[in-house]
Amino acid sequence: MIEDSQNIELLRITTAGSVDDGKSTLIGRLLYDSKSIFEDQLSSIRDYSKTNRNQEIDYSLITDGLKSEREQGITIDVAYRFYSTPKRRFIIADTPGHEQYTRNMATGASNASLALILIDAKKGIVTQTRRHTFISSLLGIRHFVVAINKMDLVDYSEEVFEQIVEEYKAFAEKLSVESISFIPLSALKGDNVIERSTNMPWYQGSPLLDYLENVNVAGGRNLIDFRFPVQYVNWSGNEFRGYCGTISSGVIRKGERVIALPSGRTSKISRIVTYDGDLDYAFAPMAITLCIEDDIDISRGDLISRENNLPAITGNIEANVVWMDTESMQTGKDYLIKHTTKTVKGSFSEVRYKFDLEKIHRIPAEFLSVNDIGKVKIELKKPLYADLYSKNRFTGSFIVIDQHTNQTVAAGMISKYKQVSPDKACESVKAKVIRYPGDKKEKAKSDYDRLSMQGTQCIYVDDEILQKGLCRGIAVDTDEYSRIIEGLCNIATESGVSVVLCTENEVSLE
Amino acid sequence: MEEKEESYHLSNLKTLEAESIGIIREVAAEFENPVMLYSVGKDSSVMAHLAIKAFYPEKVPFPLLHVDTSYKFPEMYEFRDYYTKKHNLELKVHRNEEALSKGINPLSAGTVKCCAELKTKALLDALKEGGYDAAFGGARRDEEKSRAKERVFSFRDKHGQWDPKNQKPELWNIFNSRIDPGESIRVFPLSNWTELDIWTYIYHENIEVVPLYFAKKRPVIEKNNQLIPVYTDENPEETKEVMCRFRTLGCHYCTGAVRSEADTMPKIIEEMMVARHSERITRVIDHDQDSSMEQKKMEGYF
Repeated sequence: MIEDSQNIELLRITTAGSVDDGKSTLIGRLLYDSKSIFEDQLSSIRDYSKTNRNQEIDYSLITDGLKSEREQGITIDVAYRFYSTPKRRFIIADTPGHEQYTRNMATGASNASLALILIDAKKGIVTQTRRHTFISSLLGIRHFVVAINKMDLVDYSEEVFEQIVEEYKAFAEKLSVESISFIPLSALKGDNVIERSTNMPWYQGSPLLDYLENVNVAGGRNLIDFRFPVQYVNWSGNEFRGYCGTISSGVIRKGERVIALPSGRTSKISRIVTYDGDLDYAFAPMAITLCIEDDIDISRGDLISRENNLPAITGNIEANVVWMDTESMQTGKDYLIKHTTKTVKGSFSEVRYKFDLEKIHRIPAEFLSVNDIGKVKIELKKPLYADLYSKNRFTGSFIVIDQHTNQTVAAGMISKYKQVSPDKACESVKAKVIRYPGDKKEKAKSDYDRLSMQGTQCIYVDDEILQKGLCRGIAVDTDEYSRIIEGLCNIATESGVSVVLCTENEVSLE
Repeated sequence: MEEKEESYHLSNLKTLEAESIGIIREVAAEFENPVMLYSVGKDSSVMAHLAIKAFYPEKVPFPLLHVDTSYKFPEMYEFRDYYTKKHNLELKVHRNEEALSKGINPLSAGTVKCCAELKTKALLDALKEGGYDAAFGGARRDEEKSRAKERVFSFRDKHGQWDPKNQKPELWNIFNSRIDPGESIRVFPLSNWTELDIWTYIYHENIEVVPLYFAKKRPVIEKNNQLIPVYTDENPEETKEVMCRFRTLGCHYCTGAVRSEADTMPKIIEEMMVARHSERITRVIDHDQDSSMEQKKMEGYF
């Protein structure tokens, strides 16, 4: 009878929207109507509402917990709220709408898999709507539900709703989003929050709670690339020596061969230790302790991986950065970059561009200021073992700390890296191009399958594929054709991806 | 066990457990001199259990600190000594002896002043004297509205104060542990747990807790809708025997019991599932004034 919610999924939601769009009211309503607020808490909110707001109950008081928030009637910092229904468990990061607190919005979005965007039906899409949608998509959220609130103030008009939907869709086209749903509602009146509203018979979709309970947000977890940043060496001078950490991605089995970075030394996993007993295998995001057969020097900040599937070893990265400090970025200055369990010094060598958050297009910039988002180049004093953020949220992200103020000044998501010359041990797995003549397709394909099975990051390319896509309309046997293949191979190998290439054409590769 | 197929699904409690263990290890790795605050309550039991798990098979590499007001329930002192000894945990106890020698207690000084002296000041002094740069606390975000705003790594200035309007952003599972000498971080590894998670975990992991959490007949007096336990013969004629238990444990003067028949773990969980009141309704100190917890936290209470 006492289940460990084994099959109940946990959904982490971040909210977004402008000031006064009614986010806190909506969440308050969601908690209230799903009976997730305790009676004593409710009665204190009722008392406060009557005395200070002259209304029966102000739902926003449920989440705006700080004194200064209640005084100003706005949300300042993220509040984490929990509720569960028989179908799902939710953690909602109720984030501030105020532009000044964009950094707190990013805080809430970094661990969420669904964004709940609020729009005031009377005002339509405003800058903050775009800004928050963009930040959410940049932080890797792929599912959006857009709640068009205060429908009661526009006479529950379908036309108003449709207009906002169209406008939002046009804007979101530029972003990498998997699914967007739109729900017309009134948080204040409770229309389409828990119950289907009778005021909007034209709306055929689900009410919000129903949607949140059923939306499919599977995926997101990388179970392919084994990455284990060493967090803590568990050794007290006794016989036991284990490497503690949380698996960032992938699966590891007892007896498997592993490689430790940066030493490049390989060994075998001898034990996967937990308090509840040794395991045969473990997977992300478990916190475990690994023991290895040979005595290799491994310390905090090192990374354990597989020989044929390594992260990039890089001293030069390009990243999307959210600047969060009131003091602007200084190029050339040394900052601390904390990435997984490793902290290295690094400096911003170039700001490639920043985003105009109004229109979401790129504009030139020399530096980033508070709440700016831009693409930057970073030079590191020591290499990191990293992946692209799009492949791995944990080995692809980092924070930037100002070593003088100790402030967290920025959050970064790696979008590109340059491999530093890997040492000898890593040479064998350096990304390469494996060539086959055009008539050896079968052999090439089986080789590709074998490499993939071993976990090598690789792609398969042959003339047929090229003719359908990149080289459509270009004759095989031309220089143009060769140039495209060479370009493709260079981009892939520089990103650490091997290419199994099967072509009739002559190509000269480095 | 008939199927040997590998599953890559982690249950809710195991996910929370992994997250908490990751946080505890991070602190042990990055700070010079961490300490774990140990209040002897159910959350403390879970937090200590997670620390034991995090460093197994080695010993927990930091001490536990009990900030003792001297007004805790006798059962709590007994349990504290038993539990820490059984699990080979280093225990430190700190009291504000000066205030105690002046006879400060909630009846004479009022709850606000009593808490300020025996809890907040005692805690700040203990952290300072121990030179601790990080202190784990068992607070959860679902407990109280100002706690819902807490970061996992919560920065405190040289005076142990919290500024809720100026918290460091905290993204992914990357924590900023940089501080200057004298400053410290309060760390809340149970941030994302709910009260129900705590009980379900205690049940599944077979974690021991103070027997006061289980219902039995106890002598109490009824005051302001609260069942206050009787430990002296002060009000013998008003005292009655009531089947009750405690949902949260503090000082016996300020902690009320709830009527309950739940004398086993499954019954407690069942009771939790239908509870209509928050656990803190029995904590007198939360109701001193509006935002009293926020105020206490800003001053240094955790």
